[in-house]
Amino acid sequence: MKVYKISREGLDKWIKHWTESYDVFGPVEKNENGMTDWAEVKGLDEISTAPGTTKQPIKTFYLPQPETLFTFTSRGGEPDSDVLKETLDEGRPRVLFGVRPCDARSVTLNGLAYEEDPYYMANVERTLLVGVSCREQCGTCFCRWVGGSPFGTEGLDILLIETEQNFVAEALTDRGVSLVEAGGGAREASGEDLAMVESMRQEAEQAMSAMPDTAETLRSKDLMSMYNADFWGGLSESCINCGACTFLCPTCYCFDIQDEVVRKKGRRIRYWDSCMFPLFTQHASGHNPRGQKVQRVRNRFMHKLKYFPDRFGPVSCVGCGRCIRECPVNIDIREVLRDLLGVE
Amino acid sequence: MAESKKEQINNPYMPFPARIEDIIVETEDGNLKTFRLMLERPEDRENWSHVPGQFAMLSLAGRGEIPIGIASSPTEKDGLLFTVNKAGVVTGALHSMEVGASVGVRGPLGNGFPVDSELKGKNIVIIAGGFAFTTLRATLLYMLANRRDYGRITVIYGARTPGMLLYRKELEEWQKRDDVEMHVTIDRETQGWTGLVGFVPTVAGQVAPSPENAVALICGPPVMIKFTMPPLEKIGWTDEQVYLSLENRMKCGIGICGHCNCGPVYVCKDGPVFTRAEVMKLPVEF
Amino acid sequence: MESSSSKITDEIRAEASRLLSSGEVAAFLGFVPGSLPMTVRPFVARSSEDAARLVWNSFCVMNLANYLPEVLKSVEPPRGPGDPEPEGPLPRVGVLATGCWSRNMVVQIQENRIQRDRVVILGISSRGMVDRKKVLARLGGREALKVEEQDHSLLVSGRAFNEEIPRWEVVRDNCRSCVHPDPVIWDIMIGERAGDRQNANRFAQVEEIESLAPEERWAWFQEEISSCIRCYACRNACPLCYCPTCFVDDSRPQWVGKSIEPVDTAIFHILRAYHCAGRCTDCGACESACPMGIRMRLFTKKLEKDVLEMYGAEAGMDPETPLPLSTFSPDDPQDFIVTGQESPKSTGDEAGRSGEVSQS
Repeated sequence: MKVYKISREGLDKWIKHWTESYDVFGPVEKNENGMTDWAEVKGLDEISTAPGTTKQPIKTFYLPQPETLFTFTSRGGEPDSDVLKETLDEGRPRVLFGVRPCDARSVTLNGLAYEEDPYYMANVERTLLVGVSCREQCGTCFCRWVGGSPFGTEGLDILLIETEQNFVAEALTDRGVSLVEAGGGAREASGEDLAMVESMRQEAEQAMSAMPDTAETLRSKDLMSMYNADFWGGLSESCINCGACTFLCPTCYCFDIQDEVVRKKGRRIRYWDSCMFPLFTQHASGHNPRGQKVQRVRNRFMHKLKYFPDRFGPVSCVGCGRCIRECPVNIDIREVLRDLLGVE
Repeated sequence: MAESKKEQINNPYMPFPARIEDIIVETEDGNLKTFRLMLERPEDRENWSHVPGQFAMLSLAGRGEIPIGIASSPTEKDGLLFTVNKAGVVTGALHSMEVGASVGVRGPLGNGFPVDSELKGKNIVIIAGGFAFTTLRATLLYMLANRRDYGRITVIYGARTPGMLLYRKELEEWQKRDDVEMHVTIDRETQGWTGLVGFVPTVAGQVAPSPENAVALICGPPVMIKFTMPPLEKIGWTDEQVYLSLENRMKCGIGICGHCNCGPVYVCKDGPVFTRAEVMKLPVEF
Repeated sequence: MESSSSKITDEIRAEASRLLSSGEVAAFLGFVPGSLPMTVRPFVARSSEDAARLVWNSFCVMNLANYLPEVLKSVEPPRGPGDPEPEGPLPRVGVLATGCWSRNMVVQIQENRIQRDRVVILGISSRGMVDRKKVLARLGGREALKVEEQDHSLLVSGRAFNEEIPRWEVVRDNCRSCVHPDPVIWDIMIGERAGDRQNANRFAQVEEIESLAPEERWAWFQEEISSCIRCYACRNACPLCYCPTCFVDDSRPQWVGKSIEPVDTAIFHILRAYHCAGRCTDCGACESACPMGIRMRLFTKKLEKDVLEMYGAEAGMDPETPLPLSTFSPDDPQDFIVTGQESPKSTGDEAGRSGEVSQS
């Protein structure tokens, strides 16, 4: 890791230099309600400095809605008809600027499930993440409950930390170092800078409520006793069974595959699907393994908090709080976590 | 270029091009047809290797994909067999296709029966109902081709009517053999039928051999499996000896898309074959 | 000073507790406080201890009628597909209802979704619910950590700020244009009835869009739905949307693409709105549920306006009056069918009104 110091103006120059070889995206204020969302930017002044996360997670860059897997020409008798052609996206590389540590972590977590998926991995390959640490936590933030940190670096190429006058830039990967070099104008950080960043890190982490060892504790719990816990019924009674939580969740990654043909042009796409929808599991015969709402609500949480950790280690949640913020009926994953862990 | 070529080969969503070599209408209602598919490219044929009990995605551009159990044994070298029930968009389209048409095959997927490990040296009981006999046909043929690796082989197979039995010619051939014990049954007395009459669970209770050094492979509708267990348990069979194949809805086939999870397991990747003991530890989401 | 909401809360708790402990109802459908400021959670109370948790405030934006059929089913004795109907009356469910929710319950009765004698309705005259998104917009990115409700203002506080927001300014658009705040059916009235509100022009928002040229209107519509993520929160929050298989989910045939192609999103929103024509009470749950801030109630509001102008009907005002689009009268306006063009009435032309409620 290399640590640099860069001024605000310097950062603006970085972005301008990067746009020569990359598409640069950042959180911008898009709508009236104070929420930010991802959009292409040309300079630092377009980027929102609001605390907290964007409306949509960055999974839209990794699991585009929809993503074309193959194209084909549909039944016309031509020799090439109906032959699937691979369309691995070889578009321009891009930089996501101003990614929160929680969102960056989601790329790594989803990557555990998508290890063998060439489309996801191609998107990982061509997307560089410049993170910014969180000085302020929102009421819905709980990254420290699920193994993250407001200064977390997992998944990032660069982490920016705003200090009194400047930014400290931790270049965490080779890609990050080359980004800094391409940006130009950065000085190496001094020992004093490093010490200051370290104390900011500690302060930010201590300011948040933490739940250590969540993943370990959940892994050690008995699957069926969690599955049969008595709170699922009450929880699902409030739920309207929409997909707002899953679609806005950075670590909900389920998809469906379908062919679309318009005139003779066909494509096989994958698009977001949600385990909250009854049709997600319904067989052609009509039989449905999760036909009841309570089963679907439970599956969403159990997948994140038990099935995923049992298989891959960490919890499939980064504590960004979007599901809490956006749930129309205020279903709060922190309450589920508390219930499952048996803590107050 | 070499790099992208490599990725192309590794794309797990890319089906192998195949051609329909033969179509056999299996059942009197015409709803089940067996398609014999030949992979188009010699290298695909060369590289293809599956285990009985595995499945593949059949792909029709413009319609989509559907998971179908592989009905042919790896020991058969004349293409791949898929017995397809006409139920949805893809299977409906497949049923209207003719010999020579192009389809895609993506697989093999899933785990399959442990024919070369746990099942070796065991007495085998194959229990099937309706059109769930497909991957068990593959298994039976594999075992007959490697006959010395297995002990006694008993097959209990039932359908509603004689006309709903799959692979009827082969059933007759197997019945003539002395190294496999066949019990083919239909639900109700029918004119011209001289074989067994009765539901699979009843017949299983009557003819199932001792559980000693034996395993049972059961495929069929959930209700058949449910009622087949008690008579087996009565004569000492345990859940560890019974293998089942689950049929959850699948899309990616490689354990990512999330559709087929049954609690912590992905049926497409960790299954579809599980011992009943394993299934009993899972939430009932199948 | 006790706010009117907290007075209503006390009365709801007392009535719900009485109904539950006397066995008059098996369950009571209301709200409990949410975990964030300006949120509540729909909640099914099954005991008087549960009832003590119920709450009423300006953030009760979900329409409880939407939950009613499911809760009614949940209190019925379990029975299999072939089992006979249980003997004797089925258990009842208590529920809160404002003007629009009660009108949705009327529609549910008319559509055989619920039976009147199985619900005990606690009527509340609505003062209008607050749009959380409007409050957040006023705060411009500052986070509200605490919101205290007073009768005519909200006291919002966060990190290093305190702000008093006049309540009416952040009330939801549908509530601001509401003319029927009182329940039309109820068993027990909580608080006073307020009477119909004389609203200057309840269709002002719609008229503004109607005044645009067709291509501008289409552009407005496309822009409005451009952020849709197809999560179906709007559909699922709606008491009118109860098809066993929604047309967007149907696969044989598949009517609409599943992703967020603009044409597919447009079809979803247009068909959803039309499906609600003559049935929608402008409760605003769809808009409140939308995580993306899409104002989809303007689509249904337009249809509400058309139905009122063409058939003189408002959904759910009277259980005895059939739903306008479920009945037929020979003098129903039908020029829009014949010409395939825009109806002259939709421009607000009074001469085109049939003015009569159709009777079958």
